[in-house]
Amino acid sequence: MIDQDVLERVLATAVRTGAEFAEVYAEDKRSTSVALDDGRVEQVTSGRDRGAGIRVVKGDTTGFAHTADLSETGLRAAAEAAAAAASQGGGGERTIALTRGAERTVSPIGQFPDDVRKTDKVAVLQRIDEAARGAGAGIVQVSAGYGDSSKHVLIANTDGVFVTDRQVRTLVRVTAVANGDGGMQTGSQSAGHTMGFELFDHIDVDDLARDAARIALTKLHARPAPSGALPVVIKQGSGGVLFHEACGHGLEADLVAKGGSVYRGKQGELVASPLVTLVDDGTMTGEWGAIAYDDEGHPSQYNVLIENGVLTDYMWDYLRARKEGRRQSGNGRRQSYQHLPMVRMTNTYVLNGTDEPDDIVRATEYGVYVAKLGGGSVNTATGDFVFGMTEAYLIENGEITEPLRDGNLIGNGPQVLSDIDLLGNDFAMGNPGTCGKDGQGVPVGDGQPTLRVKSMTIGGTAA
Amino acid sequence: MSEQLQEIADRVVAQARPGEQVEAFVSRDSETDIRVYEGAVEHFVSAQSEGIGIRIIRDGRTGFAYAGTLDPAAIAEVLAEARDNVEFGTHDEWAGLAEPDGVDVVEQELWNDALAAYGTDHKIELAKELERLTLGIDSRVRVDDSNYADVAVETAVATTTGIRRNGRENGCYVSISTLADDGDETQTGFGFSVGRSPDQFDLAKAAKEAADRATRLLGATKPASKRVTVVLDPYVTAMFLGVISSTLNGEAVSKGRSLFKDRLGDAVANPIVTLVDDPTNTLAYTATDLDGEGLAARRNVLIDRGVLQGFVHNSYSARRVGAQSTGNAVRGGFKGTPGVGCLALQLLPGTRDQAALVADVADGVLVQSVQGLHSGVNPISGDFSVGASGLVITNGQVGAPIREFTIASTLQRMLLDVVEIGGDVDWLPMRAAGVSLVIRDITLSGA
Repeated sequence: MIDQDVLERVLATAVRTGAEFAEVYAEDKRSTSVALDDGRVEQVTSGRDRGAGIRVVKGDTTGFAHTADLSETGLRAAAEAAAAAASQGGGGERTIALTRGAERTVSPIGQFPDDVRKTDKVAVLQRIDEAARGAGAGIVQVSAGYGDSSKHVLIANTDGVFVTDRQVRTLVRVTAVANGDGGMQTGSQSAGHTMGFELFDHIDVDDLARDAARIALTKLHARPAPSGALPVVIKQGSGGVLFHEACGHGLEADLVAKGGSVYRGKQGELVASPLVTLVDDGTMTGEWGAIAYDDEGHPSQYNVLIENGVLTDYMWDYLRARKEGRRQSGNGRRQSYQHLPMVRMTNTYVLNGTDEPDDIVRATEYGVYVAKLGGGSVNTATGDFVFGMTEAYLIENGEITEPLRDGNLIGNGPQVLSDIDLLGNDFAMGNPGTCGKDGQGVPVGDGQPTLRVKSMTIGGTAA
Repeated sequence: MSEQLQEIADRVVAQARPGEQVEAFVSRDSETDIRVYEGAVEHFVSAQSEGIGIRIIRDGRTGFAYAGTLDPAAIAEVLAEARDNVEFGTHDEWAGLAEPDGVDVVEQELWNDALAAYGTDHKIELAKELERLTLGIDSRVRVDDSNYADVAVETAVATTTGIRRNGRENGCYVSISTLADDGDETQTGFGFSVGRSPDQFDLAKAAKEAADRATRLLGATKPASKRVTVVLDPYVTAMFLGVISSTLNGEAVSKGRSLFKDRLGDAVANPIVTLVDDPTNTLAYTATDLDGEGLAARRNVLIDRGVLQGFVHNSYSARRVGAQSTGNAVRGGFKGTPGVGCLALQLLPGTRDQAALVADVADGVLVQSVQGLHSGVNPISGDFSVGASGLVITNGQVGAPIREFTIASTLQRMLLDVVEIGGDVDWLPMRAAGVSLVIRDITLSGA
């Protein structure tokens, strides 16, 4: 994308005013998306994003500029703008020598999106539409989406780091709407991996579509969710987002540093049930949050955050690690070349326990079984969170009984971690997610075995 | 400047082949984003970006492509890609671009020269000043970050159907995130002020709100579950209206995905409820003269004294239901085609202030913030359940803070259960204006 000698000169320009650190992050991304709705392929979209972001750090100040012009002139202009933003004066000449980092592959790609015909991409959605509509007469509407992206990335900095990577992702999603006497209900499913078109050899899109339809149809007969505090059993692979939101964010070193985290100063302390080991793992092959390098050129890692209930470490990016004399953990990520990197998760999950999932339900006299959590949000300073339950059932006398209408689940992250009293042995990863910290979206994965939380607040309407 | 973008759009449209409808949307923006922490600049972002999106419709089939550059070679590639993508769309008898509809544009003052000329040092100073002011209000308050941001956008659109419009717009805001500590407990808050130029900022108000929001929840407890009357703060009402707007979206209606789809002319809300979408109101933060397809933005009454009066449409959704566009095409930028949405919603206000509304509530909650609107509200089924925090209301008096509870109902019932609308309209930087709102029979879930 950019020659090594050009990069060296651009970086030298960026630190000419006396900054300690400068970085070039360049990307060239092609993406395709297909939207199907109401039985029609509404639109195929092709996108191209190409440009570079230049970051300059001087003391505690970061200057940043980006440009879509990847010529040496364009890059130098951006470097000067970033340098000016970081600093008002001073400086000297520095020579930058880059060492090309090793090629690193975390997710090998079978079939690159560029090599697949658009007809084949469209056909995936038509199949989904058919399968979902065929799942029951109550299905009145289906929408589905396909998306792929192939992104060449180049990162070089004044510490000599110079890596390139190609990141490929493919995703498919479906939403079915069912209509019945009691109104309309929806069901959604999605699958996404750091794979090319071979994704469709790994997943059965008919199953995915039928599952979305099943959720919508089931909820036609759902009763209002209960309200108040109850035991909650969360199905394997459906509640990892809760750990991402309610615990993961509080373990990001940038939030910790400013006191915006309930986990500040808790390293070495028991912060969760001893059953819980929480990991953030960028190296998990094929998973949605998998990366070979983070967006600062650091290799992705397997990081244990909580081990047997004890807080072991936070997640780090370049700036926080430098400031506190720590090592980066491969968690410096950004949405695009137009954004500054910050501490972000990759694939965040809870490791297996020993309980049989059936036994967990059987041990629960009255409670809620959550088979699918929707989106949510968390206040990292307090740990308070909210999540939507998009597929849930009542548990009565140790058995899953009636379906429940959508409602929110609220709780407090540290409290929930301590309140996990049963942990299954059936680990599974969940749906692909997009984390939206500070308004920047990055792809993340999550997962967990079936588990029980002693008490959470269900925000239903039933008395 | 915008003329230059218009020329680019015109050149693309001139390349339309027989039988093709072509739309080119071109934009260029520049932004400044400054973050201050403990009196020093933490980051300073100065960025320009530009791009083009091209939509082609032929034989009822649509193709689209975009690129984040205005490089001529890239534009040629985008045009070719969009044309190629047409081949894969399904024939849709309603597909088509907007056509000029003769509705006059209500001109808005969207560009401010003072902001464009504002110096960098002054921008930094504003963020520093906001941090200082906030810290001075209460010793329990810390600042997470204090920000100044501005953005200037120029756009141009051209179509083979005869739409040719361009314009520019700029705006700025300051915002601050706060933390308040009391013993082991920490709570958070935020404050902001927006303007077409920095002289419209009210830093003192932003600082006060940021400090108040963080401190007011210190010592909050979790309430017991029960059924209550809620008074929504203006900010919360604006968020609630945002959810209601998705049920009045013509696209959702035309695809059978709105709970109001067969309810035109029905009484769907308490007769005191009149809801309008009026981007021509200059007081609205999102006031605009054009919609995302280049048609004139206009005033639309959606609910009139409780009766469902209409939905908002762009040209496509309107065509599907045999109606006219209401000038409600919304466009997120050059990377997508226009959708449908409300532009500037407002509940017609009542007359009394919040204190008077609260005085009439025997047992209730003043809801000051809600969480999880996107996860807990289903605009298709109407199920509504959100996390909330606020103050207890007992016999007309506000009392202790409460948090970690949910309020739940259905959108259908909430509109009917509206008791009173306040007179305290607040023009927030959102697509809906805030106003205090009283709703009865809400299920509160707590301990």
